[in-house]
Amino acid sequence: MVARVIESVYREERSRILATLIRWSRSIDDAEEVLHDAFAAASVKWPGEGIPAKPGAWILETARNRLIDRRRVEVRRRELLAQHHPTALVVDRSEPEVLADDILRLFFTCCHPVMSPEAQIALTLRTVGGLATPEIARAFLVPEATMAQRIVRAKAKILDAGVPYRLPCAEDLTERVERVLKVIYLIFNEGYSQMRQDLSFEAIRLGRLLNEWLPGEAEVEGALALMILTHARRDARMDDAGRLVMLDEQDRGRWHSDEIAEGVGLVERALRRKSLGPYQLQAAIAAVHCEGTDWVQVARLYEELLRFDSGPVVRLNHAVAMGYSCSWEVGLRLVDAIEDLGEYQPWHAARAQMLLRAGKAAEARVAFETAIELSRNSAEREYLIRVQATTNPA
Amino acid sequence: MKYMLMIYEDQAPYASVSQEEQGALFQRYISFTNDLHTEGKMLGGDALEPSFKATTVRLKDGKRLSTDGPYAESKEQLAGYYIVDVKDIEEATAIAERICRLHTWNHAILEVRPVMVIEA
Repeated sequence: MVARVIESVYREERSRILATLIRWSRSIDDAEEVLHDAFAAASVKWPGEGIPAKPGAWILETARNRLIDRRRVEVRRRELLAQHHPTALVVDRSEPEVLADDILRLFFTCCHPVMSPEAQIALTLRTVGGLATPEIARAFLVPEATMAQRIVRAKAKILDAGVPYRLPCAEDLTERVERVLKVIYLIFNEGYSQMRQDLSFEAIRLGRLLNEWLPGEAEVEGALALMILTHARRDARMDDAGRLVMLDEQDRGRWHSDEIAEGVGLVERALRRKSLGPYQLQAAIAAVHCEGTDWVQVARLYEELLRFDSGPVVRLNHAVAMGYSCSWEVGLRLVDAIEDLGEYQPWHAARAQMLLRAGKAAEARVAFETAIELSRNSAEREYLIRVQATTNPA
Repeated sequence: MKYMLMIYEDQAPYASVSQEEQGALFQRYISFTNDLHTEGKMLGGDALEPSFKATTVRLKDGKRLSTDGPYAESKEQLAGYYIVDVKDIEEATAIAERICRLHTWNHAILEVRPVMVIEA
């Protein structure tokens, strides 16, 4: 029982408690340590003394007392050394105990533009998400020591470079929210492309948290809807033999209809706010796919999306949609007009499929060859090999 | 917090722009520096002579080796610096942006570094 409560407090309230402790202590490391101490104390005391009425508040209170104790010891030590740095040591109690938006401060600080995108991702997963460093290292396929160093450096930059722990001003808000969404969506994408559902799920959890504390932002709703709708198809992406199944061949019975309903509801609410953005458009596209793919509508939405992002990836998707809705010749012309995608596997895969559908088997075979070589995961590679086999002259 | 703002400037256009334009840039710097003083953020700073007048010193086999020119031969060269005292990195980068905007006929890149606090 006690273990279950502790686990649920950790899961539900950890990041918010940590965010408050960081505001008080001005140090992520100190906050993490006293929070760890408080959870350890709970597992010792609660079995005998009973579970407190508000377990989360108990954890926060205990952690704060530890923080004050530590600071007292530190002040005493410095006094003995005849040094005076009082401001750096005081627990800041001038502010209210708990600010509802502490979690947002933590988001904005972890995703501050003065840090590299890699550092932003690592720090967000570590502090807001509560993932252990080895987990994050595995997720991003880097050695544990590298990831540990990345996190240490990011924390040091926050402290030493003077990254503020506050909400962005109104004029910066849109841009800063965009940064946070980008970090969350990169985490999601990493999970999706590596077929790591735990990572995708974590990104959705972060998205929900952001949407809860920053309500009414159309792009936040859009990004959350996009992730939910994509994730809802997870069980249909592979068949029982572990082979990749393309969207139009997926068994819709395996899609999570409750999640699709939630995602569609979110994107509809976002679109009603009349503040269109790229995440909402991508979510709208995902919603159309979930409702039985009207390619004319998908092509139109991609055209709209090109106004926000005319990069090669969006152009590629637009070309595919035009292939379906117009003709494969039109699609191929658009695909071939995209430059700078030489090593980008999806470009070769999409082009190969289009050549095949346009009846150019020989050219398709060559394109499949390159796509197979550039594949990042085995399910994808096996799928392409299967399709390529159909191009062989009888 | 104290920050050093290092100004890396593209020096090539100096060869082709008029004395008036160079003087105007200098004037913009003077008025910017006055503003920074008024705002109470200025701790110090200097403009540097062009990088072709630099001398680079290192030890080679325990002996001093002086060479003509800057340490790094890049397109942008260190041309000056400010030391400012502001609340946080956001204020420091905002000042850096203002400096970038002083340059109209060449471009400047600003490196912002927190000054280390040395505890005795």
